[in-house]
Amino acid sequence: MPKSSKTAPAVAERSRLAVRKTYKLYVGGKFPRSESGRTYLVDGDNVALASRKDARDAVVAARAAQPKWAGATAYNRGQVLYRVAEMIEARRAEFAALGVAPVEVDAVIDRWVWYAGWSDKVAQVAGGANPVAGPFFNISAPEPTGVVGVIAPSSLLGLVSVIAPAIVTGNTVVVVASNPQAAITLAEVLATSDVPGGVVNILTGRGAEIAPWLASHDDVNALDLSGVDDAGLATELERAAAGTLKRVLRPVSGVDYTGDPGTGPMTALLEIKTVWHPKGF
Amino acid sequence: MTATATSRLSGLPDSPADLRTFLHGLPGVDKVGIEARAAALGTRSVKTTSKAQAIDLAIRMVDLTTLEGADTPGKVRALSAKALRPDPADPTCPPVAAVCVYPAMVPTAAAVLAGSGVHLASVATAFPSGQAPLDVKLADTRDAVAGGADEIDMVISRGAFLAGDYAHVFDEIVAVKEAAGPAHLKVILETGELGTYDNVRRASWLAMLAGADFIKTSTGKVPVAATLPVTLLMLEAVRDFRDRYGRQVGVKPAGGIRTTKDAIKYLVMINETCGDDWLHPDWFRLGASSLLNDLLMQRTKLTTGHYAGPDYFTLD
Amino acid sequence: MFEYAPAPESRSIVDLAPSYGLFIDGEFGEAKDTFKTVNPADEQVLAEVALASPEDVDRAVAAARRAFAGWSALPGSERAKYLFRIARILQERARELAVLESLDNGKPIRESRDVDLPLVAAHFFYYAGWADKLKYAGFGSDPRPLGVAGQVIPWNFPLLMLAWKIAPALATGNTVVLKPAETTPLSALFFADVCRQAELPPGVVNIVTGAGDTGRYLVEHPDVNKVAFTGSTEVGRQIARSVAGTGKRLTLELGGKAANIVFDDAPIDQAVEGIVNGIFFNQGHVCCAGSRLLVQESIAEELLSSLKRRMATLRVGDPLDKNTDIGAINSAAQLARITELSEIGAAEGAERWSPPCELPDRGFWFPPTIFTGVTQAHRIAREEIFGPVLSVLTFRTPAEAVEKANNTPYGLSAGIWSDKGSQILAVADKLRAGVVWANTFNKFDPTSPFGGYKESGYGREGGRHGLEAYLA
Repeated sequence: MPKSSKTAPAVAERSRLAVRKTYKLYVGGKFPRSESGRTYLVDGDNVALASRKDARDAVVAARAAQPKWAGATAYNRGQVLYRVAEMIEARRAEFAALGVAPVEVDAVIDRWVWYAGWSDKVAQVAGGANPVAGPFFNISAPEPTGVVGVIAPSSLLGLVSVIAPAIVTGNTVVVVASNPQAAITLAEVLATSDVPGGVVNILTGRGAEIAPWLASHDDVNALDLSGVDDAGLATELERAAAGTLKRVLRPVSGVDYTGDPGTGPMTALLEIKTVWHPKGF
Repeated sequence: MTATATSRLSGLPDSPADLRTFLHGLPGVDKVGIEARAAALGTRSVKTTSKAQAIDLAIRMVDLTTLEGADTPGKVRALSAKALRPDPADPTCPPVAAVCVYPAMVPTAAAVLAGSGVHLASVATAFPSGQAPLDVKLADTRDAVAGGADEIDMVISRGAFLAGDYAHVFDEIVAVKEAAGPAHLKVILETGELGTYDNVRRASWLAMLAGADFIKTSTGKVPVAATLPVTLLMLEAVRDFRDRYGRQVGVKPAGGIRTTKDAIKYLVMINETCGDDWLHPDWFRLGASSLLNDLLMQRTKLTTGHYAGPDYFTLD
Repeated sequence: MFEYAPAPESRSIVDLAPSYGLFIDGEFGEAKDTFKTVNPADEQVLAEVALASPEDVDRAVAAARRAFAGWSALPGSERAKYLFRIARILQERARELAVLESLDNGKPIRESRDVDLPLVAAHFFYYAGWADKLKYAGFGSDPRPLGVAGQVIPWNFPLLMLAWKIAPALATGNTVVLKPAETTPLSALFFADVCRQAELPPGVVNIVTGAGDTGRYLVEHPDVNKVAFTGSTEVGRQIARSVAGTGKRLTLELGGKAANIVFDDAPIDQAVEGIVNGIFFNQGHVCCAGSRLLVQESIAEELLSSLKRRMATLRVGDPLDKNTDIGAINSAAQLARITELSEIGAAEGAERWSPPCELPDRGFWFPPTIFTGVTQAHRIAREEIFGPVLSVLTFRTPAEAVEKANNTPYGLSAGIWSDKGSQILAVADKLRAGVVWANTFNKFDPTSPFGGYKESGYGREGGRHGLEAYLA
């Protein structure tokens, strides 16, 4: 299909023909087309239209990347997230060209920095020693839940506000994004920011088509429905997620992503593990 | 250590390094776990007929002991008489297993006990510290046996053990065993000085490997004497030792066992750790003195149906 | 041979009425239908109990709703004093409640006396102290209660599960409607009496007895703000589906198939105790039971012979006998399930062993049982049996142990036995389970959060973490 929405300039006006970007998916650190071969038009760009099989492949990539990402030191994950902020700072123009307001880009950058700093603190805030009534060392510490399926909100800030809290603790994500150009541009940032391949996987396309496959997928541990506006769909997805008792973050209407996110978005995707050991010689 | 000493059992470690490797290769002991197990066994409820049976068995297991600087022939004669007839008012009351005295008192006790079937045990080897040259310890042992003791309660050199010189401890036990001749050898580990349960397990095996007939917890002369968990651990050791080498070794907790309730806890522990084979005075002893009167009072309560008072039992 | 004479705990300390109604709005009231609760040790009826209808549940939820405004507005320090009072009464009535629990549940008095009741009182005591300190708990400076909590609990630890549910709910200012399990309703009804003794305001705690339908009606009730459930994964799934889209907060504590991993350097005698405690505690009716023994191949034979010798000393029988280690299976239905899975285990080729033990003629009994030669493919290695049945598997390396331990949809608990600290920490790190017991097993404490990964549910009970489920 031709790029029909844009009016072609006359030959005489052309100085140099621009090289256009192809918006593909971001899976396992690579930028594949949809296995379905489908695309859809967004603001004149052909964007990959992800299929359920792309979602399946993305879950495989996310699962493969998860242990190593969770096993990286918190300090290291923090540095990687900070690097993302640096890279966005350097690519402000690209986001501006996509119509993202400078103030939102600022907020996006600051959000990555905020979460970067959380990487080696959240375990202390969410965990701790338990004074059990007996001769035991007893400690509770959070661990990432695993692979998180995310139906992302449509703004860039919203997108970052669901990805960053999930991955900072060691989860990996499969994100269904509804702002494809900004999302894939973010993917390009991630791909050049030392975020290991597979930690963030971004599918562009129709949430309603792909989300049910993530909700029912046996190898997905949690489901973030922040970007689901349709209450009926949200209920259906939550119900499907009950099949393997996934942790579900329900959509909250009217979230202001410019506000203080608190620790909730991180702790909702953590499991508390409590370890007991006797003390004595 | 000598080749002859180790050849008694097959598959034994035959050098100091091997001995160390062997003892440190024994499974570890978790303090909290073993104490919890001992405490759980202590909650067994032993009542009525079981209690009567347990009390008589406990009396038959008592090593009636006096180990005081103030011991005199008169005191020892009285104690020996009590050993033979703990409850003069009740002829059905069994005698205790043995009388346990210092070597100097052995002839006195022997005169009373001769031919009775009640054994005569003597502490030896520079009891309680064990801090004397080997020849002194051996002479101590020979004297006691010559005087009529048929059981020797020796102490190990805790200093050598804690210094890691296991071969020294081993060789001493072998030597004392030889000096004791036909007398049964009880080896006192003095568990209160060993510091860890792991050490108690190692010392138990060390003593058994060296030829101990019994392993005994304590001298009664240090602040921590017999405890239920330590005894449980030693019971596990004799059980496992027999599984491995086919030789049965007895266990004697000593010191701090004062009540019938405590004594019964020990019996329960034998019952559920080693089983029947150790539920006999040949294989289990309770080193005690005041315990006997409590056993007698409880025994009287069961036979008469009313609570007994201390004025009705002899204070020997 | 040293035999222990019978040492029965007296049941006269429990004064059982012939029938019990529902506890709604501070009063016991009649219900149209009733059902009988039996003593699983002799199949005798203990009492008739009200079967709550949907209308009864409506009344209970309405009472809880009415009570919510006042209860949540009380200063935390006042709520705390009610809970402290409850904790104290529970301590004073501990022997009575322990006997009652053993009668209705079948668990040995040794456990109800030494484990259940002390933990029940401790749980109330712990959460009482939180009631006026919630703003320091890390859930915001002004944490608010959710409203009415609908709570459904299982039959394996009736009063303890009630404590786990009610104590944090009340401390945080919520009111509750609790449904005890069909086969073990009595201790919850006695707890209602404790609430009255404590002069807890009417409607703050409501107890509705009944079966599955009652529970379903409660969790689906539109005026319930929070659902807390402990029970099977299958029912948990249904509840999660029914709660979807309602906005109700939900916590689930579900099944498990815990691996108890024994390494070749384990403190062996304590490991044997831990294995026994892991699977035979409470007849194996424990969601976090160590039902899969993973033993390092190099010590498997030695360990199993120690385990069998130890199992031979287990005393199965009268739950009220103070020397009983394994009591009655809670119900005929549960016995049938255990029996069926055990038969499948044998049919699938695993080798079955039980020590010689005489089971009583009446009541529901199952001998302590181990299956050796079990592989990951066997159903008894995958499905929760919820009985005194242990599946024994072997492994060669720590990595293999971790892989096998995690190879299950469940993730509630796990055990590790080793003397090597670095090995324990590394394995504990890799196990996907909410509670990891290293060189111990089945330990619980009100300060220590408990709950599962994966299909073992979500949310934590106990500790600071346990508050979160009841706060907005």
